[in-house]
Parts: sequence; C-alpha cells; structure tokens
Amino acid sequence: MGALSIRNVRRSYGNVDILKGIDIEVEAGDFLILVGPSGCGKSTLLNIIAGLDKPTEGEIHIGGRDVTHALPKDRDIAMVFQSYALYPNMNVAQNISFGLEMRNVPKPERDAAIQRVSKMLQIEHLLDRKPGQLSGGQRQRVAMGRALARNPTLFLFDEPLSNLDAKLRVEMRAEIKHLHNKAQVTTVYVTHDQVEAMTLGDHIAVMKGGLIEQLGSPDEIYSRPATRFVAEFIGSPAMNIVNGQRAANGFASHGIDLTLNDEQRALVGNGHAEGILYGLRPEAVLLSDAGLPGTVSLVEPTGPETYVLVDTPIGKMMARVPGKVHQVVGDNVHLHWSANEAHLFDAKTERRVS
Amino acid sequence: MNTTTATPLRAASTAVPISMATRLSEWMPKLVLAPSFLLAFFFIYGLMAWNGYLSLSASRLLPNYEFVGLQQYATLWESDRWWVALKNLGIYGGLFLFFGMAIGLLLAILLDQKIRAEGVLRTVYLYPMALSFIVTGTAWKWILNPGLGLEKVMHEWGWTSFGFDWLINPDRAIYTVVIAGVWQSAGFVMALFLAGLRGIDDSILKAAQIDGASLPRIYWRIIIPSLRPVFFSTLMVLSHLAIKSFDLVMALTAGGPGYATDMPATFMYTMAFSRGQIGLGAASATIMLATVAAIVVPYLYSELRAKK
Amino acid sequence: MNTAVTPNRLDWHRLALWSVLLVFAAFFLLPMYVMLTTSLKDMAQIRDGNLLSLPTAPSFAAWDKAWSHACTGIDCGGLKPFFMNSVLMVIPAVLISTLLGAINGYVLSKWRFKGSELMFALMLFGVFMPMQVVLLPMSQILGWMGIASSVWGLVLVHVVAGLPSTTLFFRNYYVGLPDELVKAAMLDGAGFWRIFWRIVLPLSTPITVVTLIWQFTNIWNDFLYGIVFSGAGSKPVTVGLNNLANTTSSVKEYNVDMAAAMIAGLPTLFVYIVAGKYFVRGLTAGAVKG
Repeated sequence: MGALSIRNVRRSYGNVDILKGIDIEVEAGDFLILVGPSGCGKSTLLNIIAGLDKPTEGEIHIGGRDVTHALPKDRDIAMVFQSYALYPNMNVAQNISFGLEMRNVPKPERDAAIQRVSKMLQIEHLLDRKPGQLSGGQRQRVAMGRALARNPTLFLFDEPLSNLDAKLRVEMRAEIKHLHNKAQVTTVYVTHDQVEAMTLGDHIAVMKGGLIEQLGSPDEIYSRPATRFVAEFIGSPAMNIVNGQRAANGFASHGIDLTLNDEQRALVGNGHAEGILYGLRPEAVLLSDAGLPGTVSLVEPTGPETYVLVDTPIGKMMARVPGKVHQVVGDNVHLHWSANEAHLFDAKTERRVS
Repeated sequence: MNTTTATPLRAASTAVPISMATRLSEWMPKLVLAPSFLLAFFFIYGLMAWNGYLSLSASRLLPNYEFVGLQQYATLWESDRWWVALKNLGIYGGLFLFFGMAIGLLLAILLDQKIRAEGVLRTVYLYPMALSFIVTGTAWKWILNPGLGLEKVMHEWGWTSFGFDWLINPDRAIYTVVIAGVWQSAGFVMALFLAGLRGIDDSILKAAQIDGASLPRIYWRIIIPSLRPVFFSTLMVLSHLAIKSFDLVMALTAGGPGYATDMPATFMYTMAFSRGQIGLGAASATIMLATVAAIVVPYLYSELRAKK
Repeated sequence: MNTAVTPNRLDWHRLALWSVLLVFAAFFLLPMYVMLTTSLKDMAQIRDGNLLSLPTAPSFAAWDKAWSHACTGIDCGGLKPFFMNSVLMVIPAVLISTLLGAINGYVLSKWRFKGSELMFALMLFGVFMPMQVVLLPMSQILGWMGIASSVWGLVLVHVVAGLPSTTLFFRNYYVGLPDELVKAAMLDGAGFWRIFWRIVLPLSTPITVVTLIWQFTNIWNDFLYGIVFSGAGSKPVTVGLNNLANTTSSVKEYNVDMAAAMIAGLPTLFVYIVAGKYFVRGLTAGAVKG
C-alpha cells in the first residue's frame, strides 16, 4: 500500500492552470524527487500535499487515509522549508519540540524526543542556542530535527539546500541521504537542481508546465529519457540534440548520413514526417581520427574531465572527455560515436521514439 | 505523459472528514477581522453618510431629519465667514506647505552632511511634533504677544520701530498660525526627507562624483529628483494636516480676532456646537471631506495598485 | 551619504553649514526656553523684563497654581482633574487600540482571504479622513449609549479612530515576517491563536513599542475629540489647558499659562526624549506607506 497517493490533482488560479493533472504513487520508505524549472508547479504540488494549499480537483492520500480536506496538522507530515523557518524567539530545543507541544505530548516524552533527534543529527551542543546564533548548516539540521521529532508518516522538503554555498550543499546532501537510509521515512523532495535529484532520489518526477514529463528511477530518467525536455534537463552538460530527417540509410541531418542500428530503424519506421531529433550525451561523443569532421571552438577543463565544444556540419556538438585533451581552439578534429548511444525523439511531439 | 512505475491496486482508504475544527479554523481569520472591520467601516463610512444626510436636513440646534436638499450648502456658500475660512485655508495651506517642505528639506540635506551632533540636532528639530497643538498654540500665543512678547524683545534690542501686532491684526493673524504650524511640523518633514536621503544608493553618488559633479550639482540633478516619492507622500500628509487644522487655531487665536483666522475646521465646530447650526456644520464637514478625499484617494489608489 | 570633505579642515562650507543648523536649532528651542523661563518668573518680572530674560528668582509658584488653583472656566481647581482624566482615558485607549491593531495586522498579512485587501484599503481611508465628518453623528451615538459624558466615550472614540493607524503599522510590519514561519507552525499543529501568541507576538516588540508611543502621543495630545465628546467631569488635559489659557479672567497670568502648557506637554515630551527613535519610526512608517 502506498504511503502517498496523488490522484489527478489539478490546481488552477482563475484562468491559469498551475497543475494539470498529477498522478503519483509513492511506496513507504521511498524518496521521491520533484524536479523541474521554475514555474513547473513542483512547489505548488508540495504545498497541496502538505495541506497548505487546496487542489481544484483531485485527492491526496497519506498512509491510507484521504486527507484532501484535512488540515496540515492532521496529515501526520513534517516539512523542511527553504528558509528553514525556525522560530527566532525559541531556542533549538524548543524549536524541535514545538510540534510535540502543540499535540499536548507530556514533557518527559518531549525531552526524550529532543534527545533522540539531537543525537541523531549531532546537534546536542546547540540545544540552548537561538536560531540567530547558528550557521546555515546547523540551522538545516535543526529544521530536520524539528521534522524528525514527530515521527511523521511523510517528510516534505522544499528546496532545503538552495540557500547554502556549494561546498556546504554537497555535505548536507550527503547528510540527508544518510539520514534517509537510517530513518526510512517516506520523503518527497522538491528541487530545481538535477544533481540533487539524481543523487538523492529513489524515483524522480520531472515536471514541466504543471505536468509530469517522466516518472522513474534515476537510471531510467538518465538512460531512457521519455521526452526531449527530460533529456536536456537531466545531465550536465546537456545532451546534444540534432535535427534531421528519415533517410535511406536511416537518418540524415544537414546532408550528412548518421547510422541507425536495426532496432532504431525499426522503431522509427516510416512515420515522423516532421523530422526526428537525434540526441547524444556528451560522454558518448568521442574524439578520434575518423568520423564527423569539425573544428574545436571551446575547451573547458574541469579537472577530472574536459568539455570540448566542436563546430560540425550538423551543428555544435559538446564532447565530454576524461582527463585532459591536447587539442586547442581552432584545431580540426573528428567525432565518433556508437549508434546505440543515440536517443531518438519525434520532432513534433518531442517524445521518445527509441 | 505519465510513465509511472507499476501501479498497485489502489486500496480504498478512509477519508478524514472535514471536522468542525477545520471549518472553524477556516473561518477564524474572517471572524476575527470582522468586528474591527465592521466597527471601522461603520465609524468611517456609516457616520460619513449620516453626516451627509444631516447636511441635507434642516437641523439647527438639534438634529431634525427633514430633508431640505442643498439648502444648507447654499447658506454655506453665501456665508461670509465660510469664505474667510476657505481663504485662510488657502493662505495657511500654501505657506505651511511651502515653508514646511522647504525648511524640512533644507534641514535634511544639511543633516545628511556627516554632522557629528546629528542625533542631538535631530531630536531638537523633531521634538515639537511630540507636543500637542494646544501646547504649541499657547506657547506661541505668548511669544507673539503684542506688547510683552517678541515686540518687546525687539524694542529692548534697539529696533524701537518694530511692531508685531499680527496676533490681533485681522489681516495678519493668519500668518501667526503659519509660523506656529511650520515650527511644529518642519521637523517631521525633515525626518521623512532624511529617511529618503538615506535610502539612496551610495554607488549612484560615487559614480556622480567620479563623473566630476560638484556637491550642489549632485543634489540638484540626482538626489532631489529621486526623492519624488517622498515629496508626494510628505505633501499629502502636510495637506491633510493643514485641512484638519483645528487645535492650533483654537489655541493660538480661537479663530479670531472675530473670525479673521477661522478655518473650515473651526467653522464647522463653531457652527455645529456653539451656534446651533448642525446642518450647516455638517455641510462644511462634507466639503472638508470632499477636499481631503480628492487628494488622498488617488494617492492611496496608486500606492495600493503599485503594491500589487 | 559620502561626501569628499574631510571634517578637520576649518572651511567656510562647514562653518556656514553649522551656522544655519544652529540658527534653526535656536528657532526650534525658543518656545521651550520661553515656556520654561516664563513659568518660573513672577508676573512683575514678566511685565518689566522681556521674553528672553532669565528668571531672577525662579520659583515654582506658577506651576503650583497651574496644577491646583488656576481657573479653567467656572472651576478653579487647576489642571489636576483634567490631567487625571487624560490618564484614565489614555491608558485603556492606547492598550486596546494597539492590541486590536496587532490582531488585525496579523490577519491581514498572514491569513489573507478573498476581499481582505479591499477591507484593508477601505479601513486605510480612516487614517486620513477629517474627523469633522463624524463629530455630529458620533456625539448622537455616544448620547444614546449613555457614555457621552464619561471617559469611556472618549476611550471608545479614540479606539475606533485609532484602529486604522494601528492596523496599518502592524500589517506592514507583519508582511515582513516570513510566511514560512506561519506555515511551519501550522504543520507543527498550532492554530490561528497559538501562532499569534507563541510566535508572531513575541517577534513584534519593535512595532509594538512604535505603536504604543504613536498612540499615546496622538491620544494624549488630541483636542478635537476631547472638546466635543467629553462631559463636565471627563475633559482631558488639552481642553483644560485651552480653557485655562483663554479664560477672560481679570488679569492674565502668563506664567501660570506657561506652567500649565508645560504640565500638559511634559508626558509626551518625556516619552519622546526617552524613546524618540521609536517615535520617529512611527512617523516615517505612518506617512511613507511601506
């Protein structure tokens, strides 16, 4: 039985449709990521799950109960906000136990919860401090502690790492994952950062314009993106997309033939009159002595690998090369890849063909 | 569209009903705001309407709800005294606004020049706002006392021909109200402009200095124009203060000599509460309201619009 | 603002600057000086000397007379009864209007509902409305309620008249409190009132002080309501002062008048000196709608 069930949820403000029909089932203990660009509706969806917003249509079920009309406090959920929203006038211990206090949990039990949670998050030494005296990372932990203290059925995270600097973000990301492994609470996590999505999630829902473009495991999303949007959104640098047409040998773009393997040829068939989009992840593009000719226009070494942007007859292609390269801007190179690595999308619907 | 993982059969789940508590919590904000809102609404608009009706009635010493159309207004506009009051409002308003804004702006600019004693000076310029207009009026009445006040000081300092009988001079008395009013309010204008000046981005000024502009130039071309919003809100507050001037006039001149310093506010009070002309008083109050509304409503509207 | 002038050089600009500032300071301080010195002189010295001279034999006799014996119309009991009336009126009026303003501001900023912004806008006009327009109907109502001659009539009027301002102050302040704080509290199980008492109000100290001071100053200094809505036994100190200074009794005693003015003005002046910073915040918050 699912811990969270989102059924045909729609949300409109007057004429504007923010959510156009969302269906998601989340198993107990699962870590679901809602990822997408600004305005895709992910925060609205999170607020609806939390009860801070009402759906125009649809239902939310948490732990087997229909909570669509229930108040947030009756849904047995906890939430970590982007700004952490710690109560400035209370110290850490009071912040953590506030939810328990509101539910009239007796003091000894509250103290026990504070101990348990602060130990788990290693913030025991901060219990007397006020939020104003804490660092960003410490506040994050206190916010998580406040959520954990209530042992909820569902955890909600609203872009909690956005306010942190890059290094801290990586550390806290690991902590969140570690915590999830230990506590195993069903979690819904909203982010616009696809790296967070890929590293933290058991399942990812990529959203755009109020709809889910694809819902699947990180591997599925990465290896078999269902739409052009998902293909370009996930993975950095973004996938190379080339416009082309069905041709005798398979596929042709800008007068150059690109081979398709048998499976691809079969799936493409004779349709797709408006064209085909041919996608290649940068790591699939190899620099070699033979293949598609091109001129190097940009070289970006990042340390462990180098991104090389090449001008080719079929467009600009980004290659991701491990280690260093000896080519410089202006050099002539050849690009080569295996047909198996290509992702094909219909140019009109932008949906995956193969 | 949706590529979900294998969907298990959806079990029928128990619905959490919409409880009384939920309903109450939805209504609570409205319930809480309602009494204040109704009270304020009634106090403002209800009484306004009532006053409006009184102005269309034949009321004299006591309210008499007989409808007489615009008769009271006709009487109003034929009244010499009302015209004097309007004229005074014009004179007072104009001078009060001008000097108040000019002095306030000047003081703000001067104080903005990194003065060591800024805090003390600010306190000195602003303390009059903490006083009641009655206190101010009483004090200035003494200072401008013909014979024993300012005039006497001037005589003793050598200017024997100096005459200052403005307080009892029907043509000049209104200017004494201006002096007292500006004294009371200039500090307030200063505070507003100072806040506005402090809100200006430093980097703009640095850029201007690098561009070679002199200080007065910078003030004239950059700073003062960017204070436009402050100008408007100050203008609005001062106008509304001027139109409401009652306390100050009563204390300083009691509308006198005769009714030479009458203002719409004192006119209204006298008519309604000591002359037994309630209908006339109500009519004058309505005119005052219309004047204030004409200034304030567009301003409020544009402010609230901008906020959206 | 940064100007390039180094403060140490004695240059004419600074000298001119300081002279202007000091002249204005003198202008603003003049009435206070005059009030104080006159109140400490006796009438003989007032007649012989001039406005600016210091008292030769300062005494508080005028103050004593102003407080307990001066004539304010028919009665000659000084300002004391009026002062007491003001105290009785100001305290409940300030406290009630501030509390209600806080609650209203809380609703308008954190619990917005359809029409709440419109309600706020309508209430806002009350800040500017000329009171003349409600004087007549209000006195009728107070008469019907039976409180026209008591301090409570004045308290009611000041509370209702002050609501738009106090609501404005708190609402603008609370808009600056993060909404997520309220959401977090809701998730924690706190309801409308608990969120107010436990979280929002504890964070309101600055604006509460501003509002208390603003209301105290305005209500204490008010004259119009005081003169229209009070009965014989409930007139506030401003009315008392005006009566005292304007009675056409035999001899004008200017020193008593000045002492009376000082007595009436000292409470708000004191608050201003002690907490002036907050007073200024109130002024700028009220006028420059944030």
